[in-house]
Amino acid sequence: MANFFERIGSVVIRTSQQIVSVLALFVDTIYWLVIGPFRKKTAKRQSIFEQMLFVGVRSLLIVFFVALFTGIVIAMQTAPQLESLGAVIYVAGLVAVSITRELGPVLTGLVIAGRVGAAMSAELGTMKVTEQVEALESMALNPVRFLVVPRFLALVIMLPCLTILADAVGIFGGYLIGVFNLHINPGLYMDTTFRFLTSKDIMTGVIKSFVFGGIIALIGCHYGLNTSGGAEGVGKSTTTSIVTSFILIIVADCILTAIFFFTNV
Amino acid sequence: MAQKEVVIDIRDVYKRFGQRQILSGSSLEMYKGETMVIMGGSGCGKSTLLRHMIGAIKPDSGSVHVMGRDIANMGEEELDAVKKKFGMLFQSSALFDSLSVKENVAMPLREHTKLDENIISIMVKMKLELVGLRGFENLMPAQLSGGMKKRVGLARAIAMDPEIVFYDEPTTGLDPIMAGVIDKLILDLSKKLSITSVVVTHDMKSVFRIADRIAMLHEGKVVQAGTADEIKNSSNPIVRQFINGDPEGPINFFMDKDNYLEELTK
Repeated sequence: MANFFERIGSVVIRTSQQIVSVLALFVDTIYWLVIGPFRKKTAKRQSIFEQMLFVGVRSLLIVFFVALFTGIVIAMQTAPQLESLGAVIYVAGLVAVSITRELGPVLTGLVIAGRVGAAMSAELGTMKVTEQVEALESMALNPVRFLVVPRFLALVIMLPCLTILADAVGIFGGYLIGVFNLHINPGLYMDTTFRFLTSKDIMTGVIKSFVFGGIIALIGCHYGLNTSGGAEGVGKSTTTSIVTSFILIIVADCILTAIFFFTNV
Repeated sequence: MAQKEVVIDIRDVYKRFGQRQILSGSSLEMYKGETMVIMGGSGCGKSTLLRHMIGAIKPDSGSVHVMGRDIANMGEEELDAVKKKFGMLFQSSALFDSLSVKENVAMPLREHTKLDENIISIMVKMKLELVGLRGFENLMPAQLSGGMKKRVGLARAIAMDPEIVFYDEPTTGLDPIMAGVIDKLILDLSKKLSITSVVVTHDMKSVFRIADRIAMLHEGKVVQAGTADEIKNSSNPIVRQFINGDPEGPINFFMDKDNYLEELTK
């Protein structure tokens, strides 16, 4: 019995240590982001753009792919029910709102966590185990300023951008089914879409993706920078970082949705 | 001896990681311009001692003074100022994979000086010339051999014209000729640029080639420190065993035989 409680205790302690150290990394990142420019110690512009290219432009294809098929699937899944109510035209509104409010930001976040978050923790983890992080420190170059800030910035800027594009592509996916399969008039489909879609729908989605971007960057960098134990350690921290990002994205999604729901945003 | 300027002063440093006591009261002084070799078996704490000197680890008790300043108790700004005055060559070279040879060497110059791009380019070439790698500027670290990586790492370590250079096992994993080349570079640099060199190694050949003074570390303590000749003719059994590479002696690599049977049948 004591063993059982001991195990629970050690899990709680380890988890709270992780939370504290992620929060510390967050504070550190914000410090370098806000105070850094005043001390003339900004992150390198070149590495910020490199990261933005990697996070944003290079992820376009896979994000579009996921969004397009999600739009198609929602339209196909809901069409029979709505048809039986004689309200098949509402497919347009349903696809638009569910994509912009929920599926666009969440699925884009998950895809980017898998693609970019994993790459970040693998890269930083490798740098850590091959002494490159220590080398930075020995040159009086802060690893947070050098490695974390560009990644954090790239993600919180590019993930909302990707989400907006994913919204558009997802709506287009629904449009394909609506027009070519359900034979709704194309003009009427778009008209209905914009009748249901408000700017608030898009904004709440963008706010969510902004938060998800921060989560992916911090978790990816945290597990990367705390890697130890060679190649095996890099594998372990990469896996942990993806799993943790996924869970946190879902939890944050729930919390944010609850906030939007109860404050009637 | 008295007029020599002490650059690094380690006093009674204790350090423990979890259950393991790594350093238990190490004390050592290093003088300006000398090449100090810290030797000892694997796991004796010599890398940990080195990391105390670069401010990466803080001691549990005791003090580490580098250039007269207590490196364990300073703010980040101050520590950065000290760090700019030393360079370090890592065991795995620790070159940045994503940057070319030139960018690697230019990194500290770019970040810490306001030098013009042309001047940085010239300085990079000069540093690479010192280690015999001029013309390799545009290669990536993945395209270099182990010995070349070490030399680029050395060029990067001396990019800021440091007063002290730390070497963590500089010749480990290199062929004998390349090890000789690295040793010669270490000697050249400390003579030409009058740099204080601190070398951590267990490569006995290179120890006697480069050392002005040697400290032998064993079980977290400095067993003996002295000039190369003093150590060579030392009567200390631990030092003797290490130099000669005897499998038997005061440094024991096997468990006690007494409870062997007991543990087998437990």
